[in-house]
Amino acid sequence: MIRVALKGLAGRKLRTLLTALAIVLGVAMVSGTYVLTDTIQKAFDAIFTESYRGTSAVVTGRTAFSAGEQNGEIGAVSFPETLLARVRTRPTVDAAIGGVADETQLLGRDGEVITSGGAPNLGFSVDPTQPRFNALTLTSGGWPRAGEVAIDEATADEQDYAVGDTIGVFAAGPVERMRISGIVRFGAVSSIGGATLAAFDLPTAQKLFGKEGQLDQIRIAAREDVSPAELVADVRKVLPPTAQVRTGSSQARTEAQGTSEFIGFLQKFLLAFGGIALFVGSFVIANTLSITIAQRTREFATIRTLGGSRRQILWSVVLEALVIGVLASLVGLFLGLALAKGLNAVFVHFGIDLPNTGLVFATRTIVVSLLVGIGVTVLASLRPALRATRVAPISAVREGATLPPGRLARLRPVGALLLAGGGLAALLFGLFRDGLGTELVLLAMGGGALLVFFGVALFAAKLVRPLAGTLGWPSSRFGGVAGRLARDNARRNPARTASTAAALMIGLALVTLVAVLGQGIRSTFTDSVEALFVADYALTAQNNFGSLPVAVGEAAAKSPGVEAAAGVRSGEARVAGKTEWITAVDPDIAQLIDVEWAEGSAAVPAQLGRDGVFLDEDYATKRRLSIGSPLKLLTPTGRRLQLKVEGVFDPPPGGSPFGAITMSSTLFDASYPQPKNQMTFLNTRGGVSEENTRALEAALKPFPNAKVQTRQDFIDAQAEALGQILNILYVLLALSVVVSLFGIVNTLVLTVFERTRELGMLRAVGMTRRQVRRMIRHESVVTALIGAALGIALGVLFGALLIARVDFIEFAFPVFSVVLFTLAAIAAGIVAAILPARRAARLNVLDALQYE
Amino acid sequence: MTEVVTVERERAGAGDPVVDARDVTRRYGAGDTAVDALRGVSLGVDPGQLIAVMGPSGSGKSTLMHIMAGLDKPTSGEVTIAGTSIGTLSDTELTKLRRRHIGFVFQFFNLLPMLTAEENIELPLSLAGRKAEGAFFEDLLERVGLADRRTHRPAELSGGQQQRVAIARALVSRPTVVFADEPTGNLDSRTSGEILELMRDAVETYGQTTVMVTHDARAASIADRILFLADGLIVRDIGRSDASEILAAMNELSDR
Ligand SMILES: Nc1ncnc2c1ncn2[C@@H]1O[C@H](COP(=O)(O)OP(=O)(O)OP(=O)(O)O)[C@@H](O)[C@H]1O
Ligand SMILES: [Mg+2]
Repeated sequence: MIRVALKGLAGRKLRTLLTALAIVLGVAMVSGTYVLTDTIQKAFDAIFTESYRGTSAVVTGRTAFSAGEQNGEIGAVSFPETLLARVRTRPTVDAAIGGVADETQLLGRDGEVITSGGAPNLGFSVDPTQPRFNALTLTSGGWPRAGEVAIDEATADEQDYAVGDTIGVFAAGPVERMRISGIVRFGAVSSIGGATLAAFDLPTAQKLFGKEGQLDQIRIAAREDVSPAELVADVRKVLPPTAQVRTGSSQARTEAQGTSEFIGFLQKFLLAFGGIALFVGSFVIANTLSITIAQRTREFATIRTLGGSRRQILWSVVLEALVIGVLASLVGLFLGLALAKGLNAVFVHFGIDLPNTGLVFATRTIVVSLLVGIGVTVLASLRPALRATRVAPISAVREGATLPPGRLARLRPVGALLLAGGGLAALLFGLFRDGLGTELVLLAMGGGALLVFFGVALFAAKLVRPLAGTLGWPSSRFGGVAGRLARDNARRNPARTASTAAALMIGLALVTLVAVLGQGIRSTFTDSVEALFVADYALTAQNNFGSLPVAVGEAAAKSPGVEAAAGVRSGEARVAGKTEWITAVDPDIAQLIDVEWAEGSAAVPAQLGRDGVFLDEDYATKRRLSIGSPLKLLTPTGRRLQLKVEGVFDPPPGGSPFGAITMSSTLFDASYPQPKNQMTFLNTRGGVSEENTRALEAALKPFPNAKVQTRQDFIDAQAEALGQILNILYVLLALSVVVSLFGIVNTLVLTVFERTRELGMLRAVGMTRRQVRRMIRHESVVTALIGAALGIALGVLFGALLIARVDFIEFAFPVFSVVLFTLAAIAAGIVAAILPARRAARLNVLDALQYE
Repeated sequence: MTEVVTVERERAGAGDPVVDARDVTRRYGAGDTAVDALRGVSLGVDPGQLIAVMGPSGSGKSTLMHIMAGLDKPTSGEVTIAGTSIGTLSDTELTKLRRRHIGFVFQFFNLLPMLTAEENIELPLSLAGRKAEGAFFEDLLERVGLADRRTHRPAELSGGQQQRVAIARALVSRPTVVFADEPTGNLDSRTSGEILELMRDAVETYGQTTVMVTHDARAASIADRILFLADGLIVRDIGRSDASEILAAMNELSDR
């Protein structure tokens, strides 16, 4: 029996190959994700370990509460430089150096900020007299002296900078031009994931970052015979509450944690798409096996007459699936490796080269990829295998015997509806039931969506006739005889057409969901910007989300023609035991950003003074606060502020630039170190004009990271950022659409095979090869359109439900995207038909007629 | 081994029919369109005999054969195969029964295209988890004239050769009875002759009980007993006859 199964597979190579492809892509995505994320993780671990190689202990500033994310050196609070001297006096300390670090942009030869794919721009101090603390190595030139900078090799190469050149450096103040003293590498690599590096001597760095007399970090080397733990315990004795000390390795781990979390998220995110592709693949497998089994009815019946038991039939089919699963998973595993390698090469090409640690091919990657691939294939084979066991032996002697319908066939539509209904109920439960944990919500929603897909796919057989009738109308109207036959063919075996279309439906439902959400976010955001944004101009960082030194806003305010200017700063604070996102505004803000006031009036922002705040209405309601309520707030540096609520505003659905709590910029600047503006809004005499724009740009010349935007620019920039995210999602979902295309190809190839005799007859009575090809093509397009119709409907439904739940997005129908997806489905159908149509057209009439 | 011995024993109990049909009827469909393919047929197949079943198209020959072989269930009446009444058997029990007692030869050969001739022949044994007895298997291959074709696939064999493979496949498990539905229906007259010789040979050398449906008087002339069916009833039952006697009987029936 094993032999029958294996030889059968060998005899149907093309079909086996096409079936396997459905799983290969999903597995490749899974293994590629693991390899890529493991590799990145290892690279970053290496970076952080390298960075603290010669350091026994590290002193850093301590925030008053654990803020959302303390990503490495940047973002932590600074502490007074005087601490260094005290640390040095400790008996366990052999050597100690102080350092500062902050975001630092370098300017290219064109005067523009050098960026590479969102990688950070790192600036920090180095102390070449203490090489043991220094993870940098010089490749040319010397270490920076006062007023000089050393830059990384990758940036120098790319921008054609050499030792002795001057380069623009931009941190907290206006751009400074510095001489390049040397070119450095981090350890052995020319760049860390595309980040730009700028190294200074300590006083220069302090001045540049606005941290005179302050340090971000003290690196300590222990005396001989002193363990890092003893050193930490000893140093801790002299630390103020605003500083903390960790061993070098523990500091490396802490800093790596932020990246680990991000990589972990990236991993789950990408795996989800691998999972979707596998889910779609399981439909393709189940469908292909069902068709092959139907075609082999006679073979199974003969085996049954010869004494084959049901169990043997079952196992032969499952075994076949197992072999396909093993082959596909192995291929997928290595394709994934190649995929990761390719992506890595792409990164390197764009200058994001990771420290070369080699691709990490963990045992876990192999085990999970194989298990998942084989498991999905075998599971998908169970239903067809069970059907095969129902073939009656007598079918061996009957002409045109077909698979008997299952015992539950009559109940199928009902069962399908129940399944879809149950799925929808789970989905709604997950969405609208309050107080569920995140995991339960995701489980209910994911599981619910899965059930809905299954239910609709099963029920779709009932919808094929009407849908094919409607969607196939253009084919039958304009495709001539071939088109008419195509439409009838699509309706001939509804169950088969339905499950072929169902695979495409899943991909399209998800793509449509993304489009609906994207459209909703875009239109809600646009509406709220249009409602709020009464200013003429906004200043943001070049990347739209970074922050800018307060000096930028001040410079812009002094530009001729500016009548009103106000910045919005942001930070975190601890209020009533919770960490909140807070903002601070300049007095003029009410002239520039027009919010509705639930309590108080537009005069409030100008009258906040040193102890007033205004609140977002959602926050105020949740905390039962209103005008006059007292509010206690703790800043990251440990300052306790006693505040009073002066007003409550009602944000539009698309959100506002203000956080839950907003204070005056005067108070903020006094309480928060190194304040920066998230955005700055401006009104100019005569509104938006070329002249005003030019004047502003001239005033901002020293701040190359600042971007002047009109309201429309601002909306466009945000829409563009959103568009990029949508595009990434589309590309990832395209994988599952491709898998479903293999499904269409598969079904058509099998159908052509099955109808060999009929095609021969059609050719014999005068159908041309062209007409044959057209007939297959139209059948393919009709099938694809059925999948598209179902998928788009489901996607819109899911999107509408999700939007109904989250109150900050409003529903908007993505007309353009839906038209585009429909056209794409038609194109997909045409592409999928190429191979089957060629095979059908190539049939020799005589052979086809004699085919048995 | 033990299985073969039991088969021998059952066969040795001469007199008891190996397959026995009692008052079998078979109705296809229901209501106005119902067709009565068999309308009360009783028949005992004695061991070691070759029975030919003849009759016009649609007379119920195939239906009778399917029912006697346990492929189909009668609407009423009882069928006993090797002493077991099959009416109440489960699918698994019926499958086991088929494995031990029944061999098939089909009009369209029904070979598995991906297996070689030899593998096709061995298939019933493989399914039962048994191995062919070397000497018997070689003798069988020799007898059906396929000794030099064993690694060929069905597509590489002529129709006659394919039917030889099918016959060897039916004989390989030494079943109690072999059923053949128009085994020569798809072959030319010369090849038919060879196949018939082969079937007769199996009866002579192995004592193989065989039931064969045929339209061909010449084919029926190798039988020990010839049954004529018409409209779902046995209308004549004669002993060994030559082709002209059989033709005469056929004409007589169709004239009626
Ligand atoms: N599966 C079926 N469903 C309905 N009617 C059937 C079925 N099989 C056979 N019949 C009918 O039963 C009757 C007997 O058919 P059967 O196949 O036994 O005839 P036969 O004697 O073998 O004919 P032939 O010589 O043409 O093979 C015929 O009228 C046939 O139409
Ligand atoms: Mg017949």
